[in-house]
Amino acid sequence: MSILDYTAVELAEKIKQKEVSAIDAVKAVLEQIEKTESIYNCYVTVDKEGALKKAEEVQKKIESGELTGPLAGVPVAIKDNMCTEGMLTTCSSKILNNFIPTFSSEAVLNLEKAGAVIIGKTNMDEFAMGSTTETSAYGATKNPWNPEHVPGGSSGGSAAAVAANECYYALGSDTGGSIRQPAGYCGVVGMKPTYSTVSRYGLIAYGSSLDQIGPLCKDVTDCATILEIISTYDSKDSTSVKRDDTDFTSSLINDVKGMKIGIPKDYFGEGLDSEVKEAVLKAADLLKENGAVVEEFDLSLVEYAIPAYYTIAAAEASSNLERFDGIKYGYRTEDFTDLHNMYKKTRSEGFGAEVKRRIMLGSFVLSSGYYDAYYLKALRVKALIKKAFDEAFAKYDVILGPVAPTTAPKLGESLSDPIKMYLGDIYTISVNLAGLPGISLPCGVDSKGLPIGLQLIGDCFKEKKLIQTAYTYEQIRGKFGREDR
Amino acid sequence: MSNVISDETIEYVGILAKLELGEQEKEQAKKDMASMLDYIDKLNELDTEGVEPMSHVFPVNNVFREDVVTNGDDRDNILKNAPEEKNRMFNVPKTFD
Repeated sequence: MSILDYTAVELAEKIKQKEVSAIDAVKAVLEQIEKTESIYNCYVTVDKEGALKKAEEVQKKIESGELTGPLAGVPVAIKDNMCTEGMLTTCSSKILNNFIPTFSSEAVLNLEKAGAVIIGKTNMDEFAMGSTTETSAYGATKNPWNPEHVPGGSSGGSAAAVAANECYYALGSDTGGSIRQPAGYCGVVGMKPTYSTVSRYGLIAYGSSLDQIGPLCKDVTDCATILEIISTYDSKDSTSVKRDDTDFTSSLINDVKGMKIGIPKDYFGEGLDSEVKEAVLKAADLLKENGAVVEEFDLSLVEYAIPAYYTIAAAEASSNLERFDGIKYGYRTEDFTDLHNMYKKTRSEGFGAEVKRRIMLGSFVLSSGYYDAYYLKALRVKALIKKAFDEAFAKYDVILGPVAPTTAPKLGESLSDPIKMYLGDIYTISVNLAGLPGISLPCGVDSKGLPIGLQLIGDCFKEKKLIQTAYTYEQIRGKFGREDR
Repeated sequence: MSNVISDETIEYVGILAKLELGEQEKEQAKKDMASMLDYIDKLNELDTEGVEPMSHVFPVNNVFREDVVTNGDDRDNILKNAPEEKNRMFNVPKTFD
């Protein structure tokens, strides 16, 4: 067994016991990166020297008793849309190819306070727009289970880095499934908490009403531990909510007796791969055998979530991405005639095709004459979707279903047909529209040898029920890893 | 396909979005936007009469704070990533004649 096989919490414990040091851990990760990064391309930036230096500092603080937390000394990877002071932050876009933030995002600061050692910044779909990590300006990331397949997206680099042991855990962001879907495709655990739980300060915005930061990691214990550290109230994010129930590790309880689990029939219809369906329903059976009350129900409105989402997300993106103008930071075009020409050329050269597509759509649905018909209509549908979930959570503690209709597609298969790619987000997207927490964890491997993801969805602020259910399932399921292929 | 995006519309959206599209990109954008709008039109199957548009999922209101300055002069940091600067200010193309 290599020290890379430890979970984040196990590693921190070993460091505390002086069996390994934070420096050993960073060196092991850097060696692994040396070995496999040329295949997988999980990172945009690897900060070798910075990580080694930081590990030495952290090790001293652990020895002096200054750092005692459950993740002290553990190497972490950060999705490249979170600002990291002094470290290149590109959003996997050419338009930020030279952007070195002068401050760190709040989630990153929280991790650093807890003794995290940042290894580098992970690859993603450009501005988090995509489901495969193929729209990155810095090359596609490959799935460590099979490099001919995508890792999912947009937090594909984070998910692949965890699966490839190129870090112990990672942060990602989830706007329409961007943590849960790549976690599912790469056989790791990923969680999007309730909207407003983790500060978005320093997260480069895509769809502000939908974006949430969350962990990608090896198991549910790591997940609860990381989430506990990054969930803090932050006055710098005006949507941040004060919560006094963020002691998520207290719900790592192996017990689902009486837990009411609803299975939406609408999630198991046309388009769902039969092997995925079988694995997910088997997980539900296991929970039932262990005392959960499992029943099917009609969630309704599922097919309306995607069109509503793309309208809202594109609208918010078109507004959020106005800031990239070649004046204050980032790329500026070489030749231009005047101010407006400079704006246009900078943006046209700096943004990739998918980002332009969404900015154009967003500008259109917000333009006068179309605002009511498209944007407000989508916000009305969002209200209906939220209501459908409210009704479901009046009956159930947890909703159980697949993360995605299939396992990871092959590279290049998805981008040719955007709407087909968008349809892959059908089970994750409504969770963002309704602000709910959702967790993705592996529940099997298909005949192609690719992992299958199980999704559990909770009511707003009910992460604890999700964690308890996920933890119990994980205990029943047993260990899961690439060696189980 | 029921939505047809005209040249004028794409031109107009390009102005709003501050994007300059080449001829080929423009044709592709017309097709992409039309098919996305066809797809979004699915929302019209739902009767939303009387439903309030929901911009935020929780009842969050304006967040106020005391009007106290907490940050100091941060000019060097702010200018650090400027594509061009001059006399410790952003250098921008001429904005009027």
